[in-house]
Amino acid sequence: MTMHDTKPYEPVFTPERRAGLEELLKRYPTKRAALLPALWMVQEARGWISDTAMTEVAEVLGLTPAYVKGVVTFYTMYHLHPVGKNFVQVCTTTPCNICGAENVVKALLQHTGCGELGATSPDGKWTVIEVECLGACGFATPIMVNDDFIESVTPEKVLEIVRKYS
Amino acid sequence: MGFPHKPHPKETVVLSQYFGDADARSYAGWVQRGGYEALKKSLAMTPVAVQDIVKASGLRGRGGAGFPTGLKWSFMPKERTRTHYLCCNADESEPGTFKDREIMRWTPHALIEGCAIAQHAIQAEICYIYIRGEFTEPLRIMEKAIAEAYQNGVLGANAMGSGKRIDQFIHRGAGAYICGEETALMNSIEGKRGNPRIRPPFPAAAGVFGLPTTINNVETLAAVPHIINRGADWYKSLYLSNPKSTGTKLISVSGHVQRPGNYEITMGFPLKDLIYDLCGGVKPGRTLKACIPGGSSVPILNKEESESCILDYEGTVAKGTMLGSGGAIVFDDTTDMVYQVMRLAKFYAHESCAQCTQCREGTAWTVRILQRILAGEGTIQDLDLLLDLADQMTGKTICVLSDSCAAPVVTGIKKFRGEFEAYIKGARKPVMATV
Repeated sequence: MTMHDTKPYEPVFTPERRAGLEELLKRYPTKRAALLPALWMVQEARGWISDTAMTEVAEVLGLTPAYVKGVVTFYTMYHLHPVGKNFVQVCTTTPCNICGAENVVKALLQHTGCGELGATSPDGKWTVIEVECLGACGFATPIMVNDDFIESVTPEKVLEIVRKYS
Repeated sequence: MGFPHKPHPKETVVLSQYFGDADARSYAGWVQRGGYEALKKSLAMTPVAVQDIVKASGLRGRGGAGFPTGLKWSFMPKERTRTHYLCCNADESEPGTFKDREIMRWTPHALIEGCAIAQHAIQAEICYIYIRGEFTEPLRIMEKAIAEAYQNGVLGANAMGSGKRIDQFIHRGAGAYICGEETALMNSIEGKRGNPRIRPPFPAAAGVFGLPTTINNVETLAAVPHIINRGADWYKSLYLSNPKSTGTKLISVSGHVQRPGNYEITMGFPLKDLIYDLCGGVKPGRTLKACIPGGSSVPILNKEESESCILDYEGTVAKGTMLGSGGAIVFDDTTDMVYQVMRLAKFYAHESCAQCTQCREGTAWTVRILQRILAGEGTIQDLDLLLDLADQMTGKTICVLSDSCAAPVVTGIKKFRGEFEAYIKGARKPVMATV
């Protein structure tokens, strides 16, 4: 496929999702307030939020694409590019850091084949990033694999986790 | 320690009574355990009467500021001429703190009940529960519990048959520590970037959507049903040191202790007993070096200060620190304080919303200087520079994120100066590559 040979954009907000969004809109006095939930809907459907999807969200909520982009880029959990099938977030903030979180990161990079933080493994299965405090400091080191929250991860446990999700 | 864990005899179990009890999560299980009695009782009272009970109990905000809860509620307009809102701050992101997560995971209905009582007290039909995006499990549990509460008529157009409308909606965050700051949280609900707002106007006058709003922390709201059920006098009697700090507090303990986890103590409990008795102390052969008692934003205590610190609002201030959100991070003698101070500063640099110059530039510059020191390329003047920078970052910005970055830097240098000098003088091997 050449870069000019692109598929037409398929809207995220199908009648079904549109109805879901309408339900959410009832919770707020403004349409703008549904922006974060709408962006979550996009990410759940597509795995990331493209510029075209931002434009679609802007149209649906009566905002400008630039405004939507400004919001998307503020929040770290929205992906601005596609990520691996398994997206791993590792807490390395102080309480986890002193309990060996950086070694968990090393083990993850090694066993997933990602090599470096933020890069996706050649097989497309893994992306590993360091994140700030996941709010489970007593259970160092917590990691998230997609929506699964896994506590008390040590470098020794990493291989088993990687196998489970591979 | 993870739950279920048997409470330590020195704990005062109120909020954590049903932690680990999975049956308490359901509506039926919660009602069996006396749930929603306090809401029923509250709905039969006037809003002001509920405010007065909470005022008399001495309950203070558990999110960090320690502001008297009943007083905060009383700032809301007495006459409801416009929509009033309650926002429940469940954006728990302060490093070292993980108590709200436990409340939502085990006792979601306690939070719903606390929110509903608060809504009645401030005449707010709508409550937004702002849950941080990473809390996927608490989110699922809270969603299920709210759906059950609607099905059973606790929430909705005729809440518990009172004829009053009480709605609660979850608003999921998307990864931004700053959204735990109350005005940033309101902006985030409005679909904006999470930039804190200049005050005044205060939220009670112009909060979310420009309407009267109160923002309370999860733990604060979860304590309210107990106060309504057992009375202000009972709650007021729960203190070991200073009658201005009443009730129980969940302290999240992390770092170098044998049994990390959430412990519920009566206000005024000694930090020493928490570390050595409840958490089993540091690992054998190691000694305590430092403790940050209230989450990463508060000044660091050295060993002597930690061992004589009283855990309440006044006791922590007496040691030059704060109770904050009650996240005690414990460091043993193996800790490289310079590296950890850098790691804390890096957190704030990452989380700065970048509105204010002192914060945007100051946090990043602080990290660069600390990394230079860790790379063996620091100078002794760098320490003065860090302190000067910290001074410029304190009390000069819209919110306190900048101040929070400065606190561990200043106390780190003051109390562990030798470690910084060791890197600068070459007595310690560099641990970072040149930056």
